[in-house]
Amino acid sequence: MTAYLLRRFISLSLSLVAASLVIFLVMEAVPGDPASFMMGINADPAAVAALREQLGLNEPLPLRYLGWVAGLLQGDFGVSYTYRVPVSELIAERVMISLPLTLYALALSTLIAFPAGILAAARRNSATDLSVMGATQLGVAIPNFWFAMILVLVFAINLRWFSAGGFPGWDAGILAAMKSLTLPAIALALPQASILARVMRSSLIDTLDEDFMRTARAKGLSRSQALRRHALRNALIPVLTIIGLQFSFLLAGGIIIENVFYLPGLGRLVFQAITQRDLIVVRSVVILLVFAVIVVTFLVDLAYAAADPRLRRRR
Amino acid sequence: MSALTISNLRVDIRGKTVLHDIDMTLEPGKILGVVGESGSGKSMTALSVMQLLPRGSRWSGEISVAGNDLALMDEPALCQMRGRDVGMIFQEPMTALNPVQNIGDQVAETVRVHNGASRREAMTIAREMLDRVGLPAENFPLDRFPHDLSGGQRQRVVIAQAIALRPKILIADEPTTALDVTTQAQILDLLKQLVRDEDMGLMLITHDLAVVAGLADTIAILKDGEVVEAGATHSVFRGMRHPYTRALFSASAHVPARKRGPEPAKTPVLSVADVVRDYAQPRRNLFAKRPPFRAVDHVGFEIFHGENVGLVGESGCGKSTLARAVLALDPLQGGEIRLNGHVFSSAGDGPHPELRARMQVVFQDPYGSFNPRHRVRRLVTEPFHLVKSSLRGADLERRIDRALTEVGLSSSDADKYIHEFSGGQRQRIAIARALIIEPALIVLDEAVSALDVSIRAQILDLLAGLSDRLDLSYLFISHDLSVVRAITDRVLVMKAGQIVEQGATESIFENPQHPYTRKLVAATPSLEAALAGGRTGHEERINP
Repeated sequence: MTAYLLRRFISLSLSLVAASLVIFLVMEAVPGDPASFMMGINADPAAVAALREQLGLNEPLPLRYLGWVAGLLQGDFGVSYTYRVPVSELIAERVMISLPLTLYALALSTLIAFPAGILAAARRNSATDLSVMGATQLGVAIPNFWFAMILVLVFAINLRWFSAGGFPGWDAGILAAMKSLTLPAIALALPQASILARVMRSSLIDTLDEDFMRTARAKGLSRSQALRRHALRNALIPVLTIIGLQFSFLLAGGIIIENVFYLPGLGRLVFQAITQRDLIVVRSVVILLVFAVIVVTFLVDLAYAAADPRLRRRR
Repeated sequence: MSALTISNLRVDIRGKTVLHDIDMTLEPGKILGVVGESGSGKSMTALSVMQLLPRGSRWSGEISVAGNDLALMDEPALCQMRGRDVGMIFQEPMTALNPVQNIGDQVAETVRVHNGASRREAMTIAREMLDRVGLPAENFPLDRFPHDLSGGQRQRVVIAQAIALRPKILIADEPTTALDVTTQAQILDLLKQLVRDEDMGLMLITHDLAVVAGLADTIAILKDGEVVEAGATHSVFRGMRHPYTRALFSASAHVPARKRGPEPAKTPVLSVADVVRDYAQPRRNLFAKRPPFRAVDHVGFEIFHGENVGLVGESGCGKSTLARAVLALDPLQGGEIRLNGHVFSSAGDGPHPELRARMQVVFQDPYGSFNPRHRVRRLVTEPFHLVKSSLRGADLERRIDRALTEVGLSSSDADKYIHEFSGGQRQRIAIARALIIEPALIVLDEAVSALDVSIRAQILDLLAGLSDRLDLSYLFISHDLSVVRAITDRVLVMKAGQIVEQGATESIFENPQHPYTRKLVAATPSLEAALAGGRTGHEERINP
């Protein structure tokens, strides 16, 4: 068990190092000098040179990489070229929206997908199964920004249950904040839930056909007991993989939904930073996302080990 | 009162009748052997008793378990019946257990689901049962998982689950088919003891007459969903009134006629000298080197022209690894393999695949070893890729035609797809594919193990005839000693990567020298011995 986790931990740490190198080099290779961009087109070359010096852009590449990594380790992401504030502050503000939104959407998606997938698998080829499969097909097909607009029309404009957009801040109270994240979370969750339900169904159907399910029935378990006690845990592994991937995707992939609902999240931050050549923000957000993906991957590995004793085998 | 009575049982699956008018009875403390080939309905009979027939099935007739008519029971009552009154064991122990639950929980579950026992009580019973089936606490604590256990050990866990509540009836559906002969003998021994000690009725389903011959009190022989002959084992064996029974017997004991034995002192087709195959095992810790596992340990033997050589041993002994090495599919860590005197594979300079045309292979699974999207014509001509010859047009047609007729198929079969053939016919196509390039040696890796006895007899005849006519040599790898005995001239016995004994087949079987060979031979159920009237075959106790 420990060996398995240690191996996973080391390999993930190495991926993090590799990713940081790639991100750093790619950002270096991108054309456009941040200093001249910040000073404007008509800037005095001497002033640009001074700014370059001040930003540390003249130092040799390896030193700058090491300096950047050392900063990262202390939580210092550098100073935004455009906003002139520490990037860590910018990101922290946005993460406070994107992370809860992602978790909210993921929770919704799981809560919808599990029962739907299990029901469909348990009653394979029945009317229930067909309708669940039809609904998920639709859920995958509908673009989520369109669905988001429908949600706004119905629940914000007509029913007035929710506000149409914006975020009051966590100071306004958890309930108010969560309320403003509800419609975006639903919009994000819909396609994810559809995918997850389909994975859950097919994984469970495969498991239900396994020999050990027949053994369970021969021991006297009813169909539903056998499903609950023997099939679910075995069917979970592919589902966990998808949940892990969905988390990483949602964290930064909510940009369209953030725009529809005017939410100042990570997606919008990185979008703005790209248009403004604020490379240091882009770089920081990207490395943060990589870090998040790696942490989630590690958590998924932990979950695998919990679900499947074959991975815990001492070697 | 009989433990189980089946009368006039008829089962239809989606309009197709799979069982007609089945009558069987099983008394407490007795063993009923249900024998038949695939598709005969023996598993369906078992599933009818369990009421676990596939979806879309309808049954009629009467099944009563300890006097209770199953037709009158609703689903909750049937759930209560399963596991409490009737226990069941399956063919494939590797997949019959839940991989993510430990063995204690799985055995205890039978108890908990029926009498609402507490976890602790159920665990105590689980412990007793595992002890009972020969898995003592010191080596097999309750928290072990199935993946830690061998096939035979897993089958013991399945048996422990099935007998945890001391059911009146135990159904064993091919319980030893997937196991080695020695493990088979142990499991059959265990079942026999359980029947005697617990006064259970055992329905033992098998395709292997030799297995029931030594065990069953009564037998029923099934063919195409009907019982063709039934009665006390010895009287069925003596009388053999039904032609199918006779056919089954002669197929089971079939020895193909060979025109000539090997002529000694000729040049070897294959010579294997001092071959070593190592596998890297998983690391013990993060920084350790992967320790090697020696699967084949300095093995040497020769096969001469026209000679059939058998290779036997239990699973894990290195047979398959040796076969792969002989086929030059894996690099050698030591030694050399020569084909017709040329180096085919050696530790120094790797395999020489250009010689591969001289050696072909037929595998066990007649279903998995063909591309379903190709016609037979293309499938059988595959080996021509190995040689540069550009055989085209009429010449190629003649070769395809000849290969197909050699194996008893017709030239019109060349345009069919593989799904249009039965298992036996597919194995013929596999042999045609091996033959078409006129090899000197064919490696037959469990090539008849998946076939029914009657088909197996035909394929063995075919192989013997081809060897005689074409001066072919075989390396015949099998776990089934009776088949090896029937077809080979010489046999190699392998254990833990080494050949522990080799010699002429008859003398090895009649007079085995190495203790391991003796163990194997003793464990093999013998139809002849059973027919001779004795309940031999399993009498000799084999200790693990």
